[in-house]
Amino acid sequence: MTLLLQVLVDGFVIGALYGLGAAGFTIIFGVSGVLNLAHGGVMVVAAMVAWMVAGGILHASLLTGVVCGVAAGMVTAYATYYLVVRPAQRSRRIPDEEREIFILTATLLLGIVIQEGIAYLFTSNPVTVPPLVSGVVHVFGVRTPTNELLIGVISWVVLGLLWLFVNRTRQGKAVLAASINPHGLAMLGFELPQIHRLVWGLYGLLGGVAGVLLATFEGASSGLVGGLTASAFIIVVLGGLGSVPGSLVAAYVIGFMETVTAYLISPAIRTLPGMVLLLLILYVRPQGLLGRR
Amino acid sequence: MQWLRSPRLWVAALALVAMVLLPLWVSEYVLGVLTIAYYFGVFAMSWDLLFGYAGEVNFGPTFLIGIGAYVSGMLNIYTSVPMVLCIAAGAVAAVIAGVLLALPALRLRGAYFGLVTLVSVLILQTVIVLFASYTGGEIGFSVPSILSIDSGVNYYYALAFMVVSGMVLLAVARSPMGLILQATGQDPLGAQALGFNVTKHKLAAFCLSALFSGLAGALTIFYLGSVSVNTVVDLAVTVQIIIAAVLGGRRTIVGGALGAIFLIVAAEYLRPIGELSNLVVAAFALIVLLFIPDGFLGLFPRREARS
Repeated sequence: MTLLLQVLVDGFVIGALYGLGAAGFTIIFGVSGVLNLAHGGVMVVAAMVAWMVAGGILHASLLTGVVCGVAAGMVTAYATYYLVVRPAQRSRRIPDEEREIFILTATLLLGIVIQEGIAYLFTSNPVTVPPLVSGVVHVFGVRTPTNELLIGVISWVVLGLLWLFVNRTRQGKAVLAASINPHGLAMLGFELPQIHRLVWGLYGLLGGVAGVLLATFEGASSGLVGGLTASAFIIVVLGGLGSVPGSLVAAYVIGFMETVTAYLISPAIRTLPGMVLLLLILYVRPQGLLGRR
Repeated sequence: MQWLRSPRLWVAALALVAMVLLPLWVSEYVLGVLTIAYYFGVFAMSWDLLFGYAGEVNFGPTFLIGIGAYVSGMLNIYTSVPMVLCIAAGAVAAVIAGVLLALPALRLRGAYFGLVTLVSVLILQTVIVLFASYTGGEIGFSVPSILSIDSGVNYYYALAFMVVSGMVLLAVARSPMGLILQATGQDPLGAQALGFNVTKHKLAAFCLSALFSGLAGALTIFYLGSVSVNTVVDLAVTVQIIIAAVLGGRRTIVGGALGAIFLIVAAEYLRPIGELSNLVVAAFALIVLLFIPDGFLGLFPRREARS
């Protein structure tokens, strides 16, 4: 019984964190059709900067560290957009029908550049940002670090704010509209480049928050870049590309499966069931759980 | 005799003669580096058949290479099958893996397929680590047989293998099949409407790519004398293959070999800067990808007029 509750609590937190990381990834795809394979890089840069400012090098306050980390995530997202994605989208030398695979390959390479850059500057040893709060609480009799619970709550608050932004503000609605019919939106007089700027900023914000939270929970290292990208990619495809609710459902499916596997079998193969599930789902339902095509 | 006047043919012939005569001048160390580069060239050329021609984002070339390498390596260590048969078995296993990979490719497009290939590598890696008592886990194991202990002989094996693979792949790519592959890559529905059997051609392309990937994987481990996740399965190897093919020029086949040789030789020159070398190579490849998307070979005028 305790084990079940332990799995439920851990799965809740991990699922929320995965959902947060994947939400930005899927919005970017929905609006600009870009799958950013440097996604893990955004998260890890945010985590590393938060660690550098708050813990390791500058010894500033934790709040400063978190803010700087999230800002670094946004800078990385904008750098990805302006230095890699935009040039690939606008290049006349790249044929249109190959643009998608070029952007996939280019962002993959950028992810490697980020990973190697971090490994060079900070070594590949994992770093841990100090927990946001200390102490433990008992949830249904399960000893849980308060920080872990807070991470779950913050993730859901940020996701709630995202929902409010997309559904209740003019700019947010424009983002939603752009993911459905960008041409229609342009005809209504909205500036699409402005929306893309907004969306990439939003993406950096979500990825940055997820990265910093991850670093207070499990730590972060340059070696995580590839794995984080893969898990976001898996979650987003499982949930249906471009569907935020689908991503959240998928994030929880993956989060619980990983937790159960880690507790019951071995942490070494925690990602295996999720990957097998993904393959099965793609065979049966290529558009994902809640995807539209 | 029109083809005799093609400057490309002469350049290729001169390069081949130079590569054959090279062991007369250079040290065994350089030969060793080039041997690896030639096997790597086959990885990149096989990848180019799928990426450049069939338009498939295959993030899993090491799934095919790894299966070829591990099947032949494990046969060699656990049975008394002769080495040549081990290599053949590895190639057959890789082709079966290629068919497995092709099945989703027939239904999924672009990024979805890319993810399936990515996941296939991660699963293979997890399975190898999971059965560590048989596979040696991350560290791998040594194989009892070895191609040759003479670096000159090894060099010629690798060179011959690369040249033969390159010629077969190039012949396929230049044949009507290559054109149909390009057509299906760019507009699958249109190609189907024109009456081409998309399924058959894609399957054939995957099998061919898998065959050479698996062979190259098996030969590499019998050259090195050991097999490990880091040399034939890890995603870092995939990235290197992609970089090689992109640098040399996609949709050229030969570009893959050129890029691989450049990459492996550059890694030797960049050795003094240590860890930074991976970053420099990836950044360089990114710049090439964005600004000269056709790669090194794209700098020379193409024979076929392109729209």
